Amino acid sequence: MTKKIGDVILDVNNISLRFGGVKALTDISFNVKEHEIRAIIGPNGAGKSSMLNCINGVYTPQEGSITFRGQTFDHMDSRQVAEMGVARTFQNLALFKGMSVIDNIMTGRNLRMKSNIFLQALRIGPAENEEIKHRARVEEIIDFLEIQAFRKTPVGQLPYGLQKRVDLGRALAMEPKVLLLDEPMAGMNVEEKQDMCRFILDVNDEFGCTIVLIEHDMSVVMDISDRVVVLDYGKKIGDGTPEEVRNNEEVISAYLGTSH
Amino acid sequence: MQTTFPKLLIKHAAERPEAAAMREKEYGIWQSISWQEMAIMVGHIACGLHQAGLKRGEHMVVVGSNRPRLYATMLAVQSLGAIPVPLYQDAAAAECVFPMTNAEVRLCVVEDQEQVDKMLEVRESYPALEHIYFDNPRGLRKYDEPGLGSLDELLAAGEAFSKQHPHFYKEQVEAGTQEDVAAMFFTSGTTGNPKGVVHTHGTLIDRAQAGAEFDHLTSNEDVLAYLPPAWIGQNIFSYAQWLVAGYVVNCPESMATVTIDLKEIGPTYYFAPPRVFEGMLTSVSIRMEDASSIKRSMYKYFMSLAKEVGPKRMDGESIGLFNSLMYALGNFFVFAPLRNNLGFSRVRVAYTAGEAIGPDLFTFFRSIGVNLKQLYGSTETAVFVCLQPDNQARADTVGVPCRGVEIKVADNGEILVKSPGLLKGYYKNPEATAEVLTADGWYHTSDAGFIDSHGHLKIIDRVKDVGRIKGGSNDGAMFAPKYVENKLKFFPHIKEVVAYGDQREKVCVMINIDFDAVGNWAERRNLPYAGYTDLAQKPEVYALIKECVEQVNADLAVDVLLAGSQVSRFLVLHKELDADDGELTRTNKVRRGFIAEKYLPLVDALYGGLTTQFIETVVKFEDGRSGSVSATLNISDAQTFVPVKAAA
Repeated sequence: MTKKIGDVILDVNNISLRFGGVKALTDISFNVKEHEIRAIIGPNGAGKSSMLNCINGVYTPQEGSITFRGQTFDHMDSRQVAEMGVARTFQNLALFKGMSVIDNIMTGRNLRMKSNIFLQALRIGPAENEEIKHRARVEEIIDFLEIQAFRKTPVGQLPYGLQKRVDLGRALAMEPKVLLLDEPMAGMNVEEKQDMCRFILDVNDEFGCTIVLIEHDMSVVMDISDRVVVLDYGKKIGDGTPEEVRNNEEVISAYLGTSH
Repeated sequence: MQTTFPKLLIKHAAERPEAAAMREKEYGIWQSISWQEMAIMVGHIACGLHQAGLKRGEHMVVVGSNRPRLYATMLAVQSLGAIPVPLYQDAAAAECVFPMTNAEVRLCVVEDQEQVDKMLEVRESYPALEHIYFDNPRGLRKYDEPGLGSLDELLAAGEAFSKQHPHFYKEQVEAGTQEDVAAMFFTSGTTGNPKGVVHTHGTLIDRAQAGAEFDHLTSNEDVLAYLPPAWIGQNIFSYAQWLVAGYVVNCPESMATVTIDLKEIGPTYYFAPPRVFEGMLTSVSIRMEDASSIKRSMYKYFMSLAKEVGPKRMDGESIGLFNSLMYALGNFFVFAPLRNNLGFSRVRVAYTAGEAIGPDLFTFFRSIGVNLKQLYGSTETAVFVCLQPDNQARADTVGVPCRGVEIKVADNGEILVKSPGLLKGYYKNPEATAEVLTADGWYHTSDAGFIDSHGHLKIIDRVKDVGRIKGGSNDGAMFAPKYVENKLKFFPHIKEVVAYGDQREKVCVMINIDFDAVGNWAERRNLPYAGYTDLAQKPEVYALIKECVEQVNADLAVDVLLAGSQVSRFLVLHKELDADDGELTRTNKVRRGFIAEKYLPLVDALYGGLTTQFIETVVKFEDGRSGSVSATLNISDAQTFVPVKAAA
């Protein structure tokens, strides 16, 4: 059974981003279709993380626009992006180390909480019902990610691979349409990578999330992505299916170097 | 009593419909299933399986961990007069092919994607497998193999069927008798194919009742089911006795959460092999070392008190007013919190079985007030043969025969058992059945042992391993290698032991030190060492091991039968015995014969009276390369003691 890939959900048009004289991104355009797994690859400093930061509004590009579900923006506002259903994970794990796994994932529900801070603090009336509802969703995510044994463990005590899972869990708690994953497998061993691959495919399959991921491990990228964008020195040098990208001369020379 | 497991279920559902039968932790909350819900679910699954074509007398495989719906499936299979065959969830596909072919299985119910993948692999070499049902649909949405379906669909189909045929299920259950085969358990044979042990409803229910009566189990017990259901021990505790006594079986969330779940449930009836208890003691010791100094000294003080008076207290003997007061204080500060932390706050009866348990380990749990006992039995005897009464628990015996059991020791020392719980036979294997179950009704356990002066059974070794000393001062004395090896292995500094002595004039052993324990010991004494081989040959380490050996000899000297098995000479090996080098089996048992051949110069040196011997061995590394290790080993004499009986 092949999965259904829908229409374009996210369209990046001619984005350029400069920090003073440094050109991080130059005239980048690509699109992401609904339900697909879209990888962004490239050597170190190619501008991959900058690209994600432009999409979720951390950086404001000087030129270009981003169209998300039919609406076009010159720059994205990070809260607005989150409210529209874009969640992300971080390369360097921005988790709350002293808080438990449950509490960390619960923070991902923040945008969906309606009752005010006073009701929440006193845990009365509608706030209590709401908390129970959100906790139920968090428990489903814990079950999905198979981290039941660590519910109440402070995140800082967990091994790195599990912290990455918690990070993914927090992003999933937002019930996102689009999930941006910044190097989800960096620093993992082979077994942890296999687990993470399985979770990414399951998220894509069972939750119907569209996934944009940055990854260094080529075998992972080639195995799980539907389409791949290749960046080098802030420029797009390739775009297509894993097969097409693998045979692209420019990509090969960017990765392996060419003889002159 | 003429009954079957499905009849017992219906009885509980009628008498106590609302009471909890099972609990399962899901989404962080313990969810109860009442007896009535259980009975309805079983009825629906049974109807579904009937529609899928399951016939009376046919075998059906169930694979998975402890899940209420898998237990319900076993009951449903039995309701139809068919026979559930539980298989180990961690067995490889190739290992499942023989049992499934042997039992001509057409249908199976499995837990999850992992097991489905395994069954699909089995089907490549065993195409007769028609239907595979799964409990947990996670990751299986894209599978479209023929015959694959979810348990949910089966339940829905069964529900529809039972609406049209409301009496079908009850009639099927009524048709069952206690002489019907209830289940088949495959035992892992060390040689050849596994054998299917056939038990009837009668044998399993009788033994479950005998065990329940012995320990006065009631419907108020709580049990945590966490060992593989394919193992008869788990099956008795969380299935047969569950239905006989009507208590609550709790299923943990996942294998990783067992310790947390144990603490939350606080079972009243608990069972584990010695290695689980050992793991608990290790974690307590490690965490105590990290505790604050006040806690550490309290622990040290009260544990030494507990070691002295705790076991006596458990045996119901008087320990004096002062000790009673001190123990109560210790209980308040140390023992009760410790039991709570281990999940043993409510435990009334805890059992260990399967292998020998070290006396220190056994005493530790008894001294902090956990009623840990031993039992003796096997798959063939439906577990319960001997049990230790509450106040007569010993580390070196396995208890007294329970109701209905007769025990006899054969001339060769083998223990023979007559019990209402004996197997019906091995499936399609009359030769193997005839070997263990003789016409006069005795089951041959192949364990050697004897009944001690208090009427307790004591197991020494496997019959085939028991030998005789030949020549010398102990000519003709019994030699039990495993018994000697275990006694030595109970010392924390000794990891593995190989004992020789059959047809020889004295007993000699080769010892592996426990690198962590001895390494730690050496560091605390500022004793420098370069690695395993260096550490093993240190004279200080030899002195340490010699003490252990001589203590064992002193123990053996008191033993009437085994005084001749005292160890005369020993050496410490330069490398760890390893399954990769063929020296251990995959289940970590020493392969005595193979080791004797491989280390022939060492064996000759032990018996030839040399004090050092050079040896070079090839070792295989984990990545498949091989290299060699060589060393000159010291050989040491150990003091032996005059047998107490002979001296008197």
